[in-house]
Formats: sequence, structure tokens, C-alpha cells
Amino acid sequence: MATTQGEEGPTTERLMLPMLYLDTLWVQVTGTVCNIACKHCFISCGPKVERHRMMSAPDVIQALDDGVSAGLRSIWFTGGEPFLHPEILALIDAALQRAPLGILSNGVLIDEPMAQALGERFASAPYNLELRISLDGCTPEDNDRVRGRGVFAAAVAGIERLASHGLEPVVAVSLLDDADAASADQASFVQLLREHGVSRPRVKWIPPFRIGRERSRRGGRAYRSWERLTAGDLLEPEAPLRLQCGTSRCVTSEGVFACPILINEPGFRLGSQLSEAIRDHPVDHEACHTCWVEAFSCSV
Amino acid sequence: MQRVSGQRREPLPLVQGSARRVALFGGAYSNWLAVEAVVADARARGADAIWFLGDVGGFGPHPDRSIEALRELSVEVIQGNYDDSVGHSRLDCACGYTDPRDNHFAQLSYDYTLANTSAQGRSWLAQMPSAARIQLGERVVHLCHGSPRRVNEFLWESTTPAGFISGLCRDWEAHTIVCTHTGLHWSRRLDDGRGLVNVGAVGRPANDGRREVWYALLEEVDGRLTETFVPVAYDWERLAREMAAEGLPPEFIETITTGWWTTCLEILPARERHRGRF
Ligand code: SF4
Ligand code: SF4
Ligand SMILES: [Fe+2]
Repeated sequence: MATTQGEEGPTTERLMLPMLYLDTLWVQVTGTVCNIACKHCFISCGPKVERHRMMSAPDVIQALDDGVSAGLRSIWFTGGEPFLHPEILALIDAALQRAPLGILSNGVLIDEPMAQALGERFASAPYNLELRISLDGCTPEDNDRVRGRGVFAAAVAGIERLASHGLEPVVAVSLLDDADAASADQASFVQLLREHGVSRPRVKWIPPFRIGRERSRRGGRAYRSWERLTAGDLLEPEAPLRLQCGTSRCVTSEGVFACPILINEPGFRLGSQLSEAIRDHPVDHEACHTCWVEAFSCSV
Repeated sequence: MQRVSGQRREPLPLVQGSARRVALFGGAYSNWLAVEAVVADARARGADAIWFLGDVGGFGPHPDRSIEALRELSVEVIQGNYDDSVGHSRLDCACGYTDPRDNHFAQLSYDYTLANTSAQGRSWLAQMPSAARIQLGERVVHLCHGSPRRVNEFLWESTTPAGFISGLCRDWEAHTIVCTHTGLHWSRRLDDGRGLVNVGAVGRPANDGRREVWYALLEEVDGRLTETFVPVAYDWERLAREMAAEGLPPEFIETITTGWWTTCLEILPARERHRGRF
């Protein structure tokens, strides 16, 4: 059926959030490629998952330059697992020349030479370097049941190496519906981190995003039909600051997305260039409800 | 489709006054003894304008004494998040902490400050302007509390990149932006001479193991706008005695007597935190 230009039926109207400005640029340096395949991974990453391919170094640097032109304050590298990238150190250096950098990692691949290289950059780069290591339980049993056998020991070893080189990683903990009590307790993680040489322990809690593999994991659940953002929520004047996508964007090999959470949703791809993607965007996905009620941001 | 061009949503305040050597300080946190010492030091160094960038209360004793000091010494002021909160008797200081321990100590000092600020003091805090623009020679300097765009935004040295500063200077039409709110002083100049100066705080030491507190002087040197950070000694022993007499937490007093921060550490970026003791 032909429609006149600009005409919009009521069914096509989506709940939109204005973008304030670009503060945080997420770069999916390794796409959906990960060395492990966690049962709760909300972007369903794994060793052979190339829905988003690894980005080439020139593409990463182009994204960084586009972000600087747009006025960014900070850069985050994520994936997948960023330390799978063959040129990760060069990319880290490129980022740190431009802005503070955070890296989300499962910690498994951080060997002694890498920890040393990161420690040197933490001490001397022009801007802050922050490492965040995922650990979803403070015992091998509780962590490895979702992250895979042996991952707890490997991640803790990575944390220990980082700490011995002066970097004090933040531990990122997913709040799972079926976690044991200690694994939802700040004090248990603080103690674990101290035991492994982290003198200023910090924990970042990740609320459950019930999408990707988490949606169908035994012990998890899908969203309920009422778990949606409403137009009324967005009337709050601080709404674009409360939702991270009001001030951030995520670049992958497949384009620019509203956030690092919804890179598998075509409706949240905002363009192929960053400059096209700095604009208002929909927030009508069920995952948006988690961001809203938790006032959650993947950064800070 | 709404596109974003620049970050500024508000009109700019008018440029006022013209100065040669400006003293700038922030974060009094009720340290009235430091306020008096800093203003005296700035006058002795020939400052022809003195600006306070907000946060009169918090942390220290007898909040009205700092308000009186600023008023009696005819310091020009702009408002901090703390002043807005106390001035309007809000529930908390809106400092922007996210950690429970930070929030615990922040609430202790806020409740004490609110309970001990007179009605007259509160109405003075409530009417402070939120930003100001001054002229230094040919150049415009924009004064704010946290950042030009948000009163409680933290601008730390290790997390405020040059490209971002350049954008702020462009959008706020300023050669130099001056702020406070973090409690640590630093500055960054771009190749073209524009830049950002965070004056730190005079209310507590700069987490460097020294008991002095810091402020900034801004003036033209060889054609370039140049900042100098100045450490100022004050009667910290008296402040510590007054804090103890008012029943303020020993953790706060320790910061005054040692120069190391013991609270509100979780907000520090890893790099800045690494330099401190805790
Ligand atoms: S949660 Fe992280 S570590 Fe686990 S599969 Fe997903 S990307 Fe990899
Ligand atoms: S999931 Fe969260 S960050 Fe992503 S678009 Fe929705 S509200 Fe924004
Ligand atoms: Fe402040």
C-alpha cells in the first residue's frame, strides 16, 4: 500500500529516547567471538560465534577517531573476549592516546606478559586504564556452573597477575536468579579479591538481562510481558542520563548500535557510521526495562 | 529525527568584570579556617578577583562560619551541588556517589551540615548563581562547579581527555573552563592554549599526604593564560579539635591530620586512587 511521505501509522510509533551527547564509546573489538561460552551470556558469544566478526585494527581506530570527533569522554573495549584480538595491545595504546579506556574481559587469557604490559600502561598512559573481570560466583562451583569448568581458577589467576602489576581490576558479577547467597554478597567478593592481592576491591553488579542465552537457561527466565519501559517513565527529566544509551553508542563490525546489550537486535542498529547513530533511538526492547529499573550502566 | 550538535542546552551567562590575576578556589566543606587562609594568601599575591566555585558545606564543623567568611571577605561565588541541596533543604547532597560506604559518610556530613546551617545561611546558598563568565585580558573564562554541563559531574585528570575539553570550550564559548567538585586539582592545556583547570578543594587536603590545601591563580604569562596551583597552610589542628568537639567521624579528622583521604574513595578513578594511601 502506498503511503505519502512522512505519514506514520500509530502502530509504527516506537518509544524513543533523545540522545544527549556521546560520552562513552563501546567498541566490540572481537565481536561475538569469545574463548568461552557462558550459559547466561546475554549476547550469546562463543568460540565460533561470528555474528559480529572480529574488527580489524584500522576499523577500530576509525571508530576511535569518529568518537573523538563526536566529543567522547571514555572508551570501552568489549566482545566477546577482547584479549583474543591479535593486535589488542596496539589497540589499547591507540585508545589510551585519545581517552580513558576500560576493558571488559573474562580474565582467562591475561598471562604474565600481558599483565605486565597492562601494568606499564596503567602507570604511564595519558589516561586511566580500567580492567573489569567477570566472575559470577565467589567459589569455583558457583562461577563455573555458568562460565564453564576451570574458568574460576583461570580468571582468579588473571586477577592475581593484574594486581601484582599494580592494576586493581573491578570484578563484574552477574546477579543470577539461582546464585547461592554468598555470590550475591559484596563482602564475599571483597574477601576473595583481598586474598588474591587486590588491596582496593571493587565490585560491579550486573543485573539480569534476560535475553540471549540467559533467556532460556535453566535457572533463569524470560521477561514477563509487563516488564517494559513506558512513555510515562521517559517523562522524567533525567531519563536520558538514567539510561546509558542517552550518552553512549556501541560500534561493532556490523555497524553502530544503541548499546552493547542489544547488538543482536537489528532494530537497534542505528547506522553504519557513528555520525549517523548520534540521534534519538528506540528504547522499547524488553531489556530496556532492566536498564531503567536498575538505573544500570555498563560503564562506571 | 533529532540530531545532537554540541552539548550546551542553556544560554550562557553574561561575561562580567575584567581581571588580571584571578584566584579560584572551591570545596570549602565547612573548613572556614582554610577559607580565611586562602583568601588572605590570594590577596597577598595580588589577586584582583577572587572566586569561590561552590560547595560551602560538608565534612567540617560549623557550616555557618564558612558562609560568613565568604560573605565578609566579599568573595564572588557560584553554587555547588552541596549549596543547592542545603539551600533548598533537600534530602541529600547530590554528590553523585554510587558506593554504599561513600554514601554512608556523605549522608553523615550532609545531615550534620543541614542541621547546623541557619535559615539565613540557607537562603544565601539557595540564591548563588550556577555559573559565571569572566574576562581575563582578551579571553573569556567559564566558571562552573562540576562541569559546564552538570553540577555534579566529576572531571578527574585521568578521565577527562583533551578532545572532550576541546568540545567543552567550543560549546561554552570559552578559552578556559574552571571547575572543582572532585577535590583534586589538575589542569590540561590543548596545543592552542585553551584548556580546563580543576582548582581542587580547600576543605580537605589533596590525598597527597600533605596537610596544606590548594587553590589556583589564573593570569596571563607571556601571552598565554596560565594557572598556578598554590598550597596553603592553615590551622589544621584547630579544625581537627573543632571537628572532634562537634562529634564528626574520626575518619574525617584523620584526613585533616594526615593529608590522606579515608572516605569517598570509591569515586576516584583507579589512577588517582592508586596515588593515595587507601
Ligand atoms: S559472558 Fe562474557 S565471557 Fe561469557 S561468553 Fe559472553 S562474552 Fe564471553
Ligand atoms: S537495553 Fe538499555 S542501554 Fe540498550 S537501548 Fe535499552 S535502555 Fe538503552
Ligand atoms: Fe560538589
